[in-house]
Amino acid sequence: MQLFFEQLTNGLAVGGIYALIALGYTMVYGVLKLINFAHGDLFTIGAYLGLTLLVSMGLTSHLGPLAGILVLTIMVMGLVAVIGALLERVAYRPLRTSPRLSAVVSALGASIFFQNAIMLIYGARFRVYPHDILPVTSITLFGVQIPVMRILLFTASIVMMAGLYFFVQRTRTGTAIRAAAIDQGAAKLMGIDVNRVIMYVFLIGPALGGAAGMMVGLYYGQINFTMGWVYGLKAFTAAILGGIGNIPGAMLGGLLLGVIEALGATYISLAWKDAISFLVLILILIFRPTGILGERVADKV
Amino acid sequence: MSNQPLLRLADLTKSFGGVMAVNRVSFDVDSGSIVGLIGPNGAGKTTVFNLITGNYRPDKGEILFDGQSIATMRTHRIVSLGIARTFQTIRLFPNMSALENVLAGCHCRMRSGVIGSMLRLPWQKREERQALETAVAELSFVGLRQQLDQVARNLSYGNQRLLEIARALATRPRFLILDEPAGGMNDYETQVLVDLILQIRDRGITVLLIEHDMNLVMKICDNLVVLEYGILIAQGTPEEIRTDQRVIDAYLGAPDADGDEDF
Amino acid sequence: MKPATLLNVCIVAVLLIAPIWLNAYWVEVLNSIGIYAILALSLNVILGYAGLFHMGHAAFFAIGAYTTAILNTQMGIPVLWLMPVSGLFAGLFALLVARPIIHLRGDYLLIVTIGIVEIVRIALVNNVFGLTGGANGIFGISRPVLFGYVIRTSHDFYYLIFAFAAVTVLLFRRLENSRFGRALQYIREDDVAAEGSGINTAHYKLVAFILGAFWAGMVGTIFASKMTIISPQSFTFWESVIMFTIVILGGSGSIRGVLLGAFLIIGLPEIFREFADTRMLVFGAAMVLMMIFRPRGLLPPSPRTYTLNLPPQSRQAGP
Repeated sequence: MQLFFEQLTNGLAVGGIYALIALGYTMVYGVLKLINFAHGDLFTIGAYLGLTLLVSMGLTSHLGPLAGILVLTIMVMGLVAVIGALLERVAYRPLRTSPRLSAVVSALGASIFFQNAIMLIYGARFRVYPHDILPVTSITLFGVQIPVMRILLFTASIVMMAGLYFFVQRTRTGTAIRAAAIDQGAAKLMGIDVNRVIMYVFLIGPALGGAAGMMVGLYYGQINFTMGWVYGLKAFTAAILGGIGNIPGAMLGGLLLGVIEALGATYISLAWKDAISFLVLILILIFRPTGILGERVADKV
Repeated sequence: MSNQPLLRLADLTKSFGGVMAVNRVSFDVDSGSIVGLIGPNGAGKTTVFNLITGNYRPDKGEILFDGQSIATMRTHRIVSLGIARTFQTIRLFPNMSALENVLAGCHCRMRSGVIGSMLRLPWQKREERQALETAVAELSFVGLRQQLDQVARNLSYGNQRLLEIARALATRPRFLILDEPAGGMNDYETQVLVDLILQIRDRGITVLLIEHDMNLVMKICDNLVVLEYGILIAQGTPEEIRTDQRVIDAYLGAPDADGDEDF
Repeated sequence: MKPATLLNVCIVAVLLIAPIWLNAYWVEVLNSIGIYAILALSLNVILGYAGLFHMGHAAFFAIGAYTTAILNTQMGIPVLWLMPVSGLFAGLFALLVARPIIHLRGDYLLIVTIGIVEIVRIALVNNVFGLTGGANGIFGISRPVLFGYVIRTSHDFYYLIFAFAAVTVLLFRRLENSRFGRALQYIREDDVAAEGSGINTAHYKLVAFILGAFWAGMVGTIFASKMTIISPQSFTFWESVIMFTIVILGGSGSIRGVLLGAFLIIGLPEIFREFADTRMLVFGAAMVLMMIFRPRGLLPPSPRTYTLNLPPQSRQAGP
């Protein structure tokens, strides 16, 4: 039981990270019907930028660990958001009217570009996050030891998701995003500037993804230039699991996948951990492509 | 001669998310006739076509073609049984030549597969030559002989509709379904189309069509079926339909029997 | 002779005699180009002709190579006999995995095939069925023997690989201009219209997968016997990306385009050694720019020609 709860909390922490990345996929898909293959690499960029800023600016020693990381996270989110918006401008906007699959290839190209750019800048080896920033302590909850880091991560992801949910549900811009996701043409007729909506989506999604990248660095302590693919695929699986295009779905899917994976790795096989998520992805696409919260839509002939 | 109809729809029902697109529709199409399916926009006409051609599965009801149930068959099987169609929104292979578009229709009457094609066996070459002849013949039949190497997307709108008919005919159908064949055509092109449909009938092919041009429908159809909100409200000869009170009511603002523009 | 034919003859002649002047290093580069060219041609059946976004081709290549390695090292079956066997195994695998996913829309199919290639790699690393040797792979695979002659040196392999490439080009060219090839292209253009014209789209998509996998499996045999040692590292997702890029950048659906793509993507980084580290960066950028400025690739397929022998009023279909 001890092991179960430990893995459950671990799964929720990792699942929170998946959920944050999944939100980027799902929001872009909602508005553009495009799988942004480069999203996983924006996440990696967040991890590396976080490392660079952490090491070079020494914010955590000036402001204390928590405030330092908070400021750092905001900076990383801002920078990755700008890269995300640039990506949209350069690689996707010129293809808005092209066949869908041209945009998919372009997304793939952008992903390969980012990944190799990171490799050329930072090198191909694993990079290590400083591990003395946050105190390595655990608290005991219902007889289970839970590392503080895990709780912090989970809280941070929940706070960000709640913020996004509030933004999308309660603000004018959020309403515009939801409207554009339902029907872009109609949204345009209602006076919504769809280009602005798309820009917002490409600011918010990458910002969350970048934050998730930094969180992975803090949680696992090491990062690699290829990690975006694995995390990206898993987050995409989470988005599909919850119902792609559906924002609460991505949150639910992320947490669920994190738990499935953590428990699967413990009780089935650690060596097959990554395969479990891919299998989940394939099975969902075969049996329920609309995910848990998605609706089935008939193809128009 | 059997007296069974070529196509029989019985109690055909299909709903989308609670909306009854087609509701218990039953009608027969006799072999050798031209039948028009008419009704206001959104009456479920195209849904009926998609049900017949296997693009949709009916929720309830039966579709019999030549006595055989085709309600759950896949589209390509239905085509090989002898039902061909055109689409309301033209669906050609836009980057391929007119000839290749028609060759697509020949496909289901050919047999060669991967190995035959790689080895180029004599019978395979003969089959290929015959398919080309069929394709050219059908292109000539619809009057596109001169446009055979033009890429489909470069053809005029009217010619694209004719090319779709040629492709459908190349499947050697017994039953042809035309979804708004005159849509977007000018008067002259429509006249050519009318002659073409009559010639198709004369080749022994039964025709079922959706059309909004009431002149055309009244002129060439032997029988009409009228749908409204997915329900069959009338059927009969054009003469009967013209004077049917329910049909007149359905087409609000069709004051007299000749009022074609509002249909 | 038409200029195009002349060019083809020249290219074949150059390829035939080139190894005489080249040292083993450059012949190895050509071998690698040849192997990728055949792999990309087999992927082209799926991705180029049928337009199915398949990014797991390395999985089929891996199944072929491992089939050869296992049967050769454990049962001593000569390598060349294993070529069709490896092809069949890869084809069978394709049948099993592609069947349930064949109806998925383009981008979903892409994701699922990435998942498949990763699952296969993880399975190989985990020494699945105790047969694949785990992360270290399998070593001691024999060399191919052709009529008593052992194919051993780079130069030997050069002729084996390019002979296979030539056969592939010849057969796939015929395939392209046949009922089968057209059916795949109709599916790529509009699969609802293709089905409505009487084409069994699900069947043809599946056959495209099986044929592409069969061919990649056969390349796996050549690869395994050339390396004599294989491990999961040779069959990562990145191998799939390279094959995919060759097809897309060269010109999907075009045999000439795919061959050019293989020469550029595998060969160029060797010519400009300092460029080797940045090659994937450049290819990534090239994919974006290509989609914007030249979406059909460097050498897109030229229209097919049909010879019509018809009554007097007719004319030759051009061009």
